Amino acid sequence: MSGTLLSVRDLKVHFPIGRGFLTAAKSAVKAVDGISFDLERGETLGIVGESGCGKSTLGRAILRLTKPTAGNVVWLGRDFFGLDNASLRQARRELQIIFQDPLASLDPRMTVGAIIARPLKTFHPELKKAEMDTRVKEAMAQVGLVPEMMRRYPHEFSGGQCQRIGIARAMILKPKLIVCDEPVSALDVSIQAQIINLLRKLQRELGLSLLFISHNLSVVRHISHRVMVLYLGKIMEIAERDAFYANPMHPYSKALLSAIPLPDPKAERARERVMLQGDLPSPLNPPAGCRFCTRCPMATDLCHSSEPPLAPRADGRLVACHFV
Amino acid sequence: MRQSAAPILSARALCVDFKLEQGWVRAVDSVSFDVRRGEVLGIVGESGSGKSQILMAAMGLTAANGRCSGSVTFEGEEVLNAAPERLDRIRGSSMSMIFQDPMTSLNPYMRVVDQLTEVLVAHQGKSRAEAIDIAVEMLDRVRIPDARRRISLYPHEFSGGMRQRVMIAMALLCRPALLFADEPTTALDVTVQAQILDLLNGLVRELNAAVVIVTHDLGVIARLCDRVIVLYGGRIMEEAPIEQLFGAPHHPYSQGLLAATPRLDDDTAHDLRTIPGTPRALAGQASGCPFAPRCERRMERCMAETPLLRGEHGRTAACHLVAG
Repeated sequence: MSGTLLSVRDLKVHFPIGRGFLTAAKSAVKAVDGISFDLERGETLGIVGESGCGKSTLGRAILRLTKPTAGNVVWLGRDFFGLDNASLRQARRELQIIFQDPLASLDPRMTVGAIIARPLKTFHPELKKAEMDTRVKEAMAQVGLVPEMMRRYPHEFSGGQCQRIGIARAMILKPKLIVCDEPVSALDVSIQAQIINLLRKLQRELGLSLLFISHNLSVVRHISHRVMVLYLGKIMEIAERDAFYANPMHPYSKALLSAIPLPDPKAERARERVMLQGDLPSPLNPPAGCRFCTRCPMATDLCHSSEPPLAPRADGRLVACHFV
Repeated sequence: MRQSAAPILSARALCVDFKLEQGWVRAVDSVSFDVRRGEVLGIVGESGSGKSQILMAAMGLTAANGRCSGSVTFEGEEVLNAAPERLDRIRGSSMSMIFQDPMTSLNPYMRVVDQLTEVLVAHQGKSRAEAIDIAVEMLDRVRIPDARRRISLYPHEFSGGMRQRVMIAMALLCRPALLFADEPTTALDVTVQAQILDLLNGLVRELNAAVVIVTHDLGVIARLCDRVIVLYGGRIMEEAPIEQLFGAPHHPYSQGLLAATPRLDDDTAHDLRTIPGTPRALAGQASGCPFAPRCERRMERCMAETPLLRGEHGRTAACHLVAG
């Protein structure tokens, strides 16, 4: 890995609530609330957390698919949020996204060949039909699709194959970064493993960087170099993969890991669990102090009154907790 | 745990077919199993394996274009294709079901109190006041805080985890002898899933009910079940006590499924094991083992001759490679 690809600084995405024709917004859902991190070239950062923690909004805001409220993103040394529309369009070639629902993210009326060629047509209209076809066939072969299938329509493919089509479409412009938003959540276990292996291969061979958004910590472990844990729009912990899984430090990270049912009855029944009480609080009205304090088994008065900073620890990881 | 000798539910050569555009298609193919009181049976399989259709057939809820054959007996009485009046006597009181999606299975127009008390008034002839007391007590048991006030709310006023608790409370209200659960925690976040699985485990052991739980998640099976059936293409591939299935799976499909599941403690340096191909969308009537097209150990015989389940003492597998 060499050099920083992406720097995110104090990124905020707030969605106003109750705004009428003449009335100002009454309040806001702070979906992403002050997130900073760097992503290296060739690195995969896993972003985990429960529904409503802001992980998808974060991915979309970085690509400017959702309008950020504050903060900035530096892409290869340039201010990405400051780009005008024309420059943004050019820069977007290098930043792609794949979505959770593989079938819903493909236009049912377009052939698979046309879907995969679409980004190429947009950015390289000068390419001849034959060249375009060659590039499409290359991309299809790269993701394990038979190039002969390019005249077929999305509904003729299974979920796993549709996800491969989405990956081929994201890959055809040879991007530097792909935001993967729950790319395997809708897939069966046997197919999920195929797609994880494919992403690992592409990442390794092409030096791609991935932001891998998922609620599944076992999947994230198999693909990420580093892991970021989000809770109600804030980073709780960000650490190297092996250090994180061997020794999660934040109480929320511990609870998340211990909540996963292990596919191993002996280990599963023997282990001690950090059981969280209750549900995620409403992001409309997050708790004062540490956002996790209402569900944290270690919370004290301090946690309810003062928000812990995201501070570095001995092994270089960052943790936002008063008691770590 | 008290396991009685006579099974409470027995399925024998259960088949479910659906009439589609292309003709009759078999979703469940000659499935036989028993469940006893005090026992939790898991049925694991990928999408299209027919796992949910087994439960729907037993509950008499097969869709209008479907037909069931074979036999399903509940306490010795045939329930497959039974008259609605007979089923109504059993369903809700001695046999009940928890569905995957609590939002679509609760009536959005009815207050929770009316949905919960309906079953008590109808099946047990309780007065409304008595029924409300029992319902509140059950909501307390599934740990819904402030149950007496919250019981008058509508389903949309509950969070996803709370709604699933309401579903569980509803299914257990009449203290059923048999409980079906179809992916009961799939729609939930992992920390909430952990709470619900614990709750379910405690309640069914306390009621000494028989439980059939359908899921794609081997972790959920490992946490809850005593015995497991692995389903593929509508047929049983393997049946075993869970320690044996997870410790030494016999069938190549069970082996593949376990190997393809990402874990928290396996090696991340290598790719995940995969099962080539895609799950078969519909079980066909074609001869041979349904898994043969994807099986790495396929022989000529596997394509021609359907392997029968062989084995003893609750440990069986349907594979020509596994000696009975």
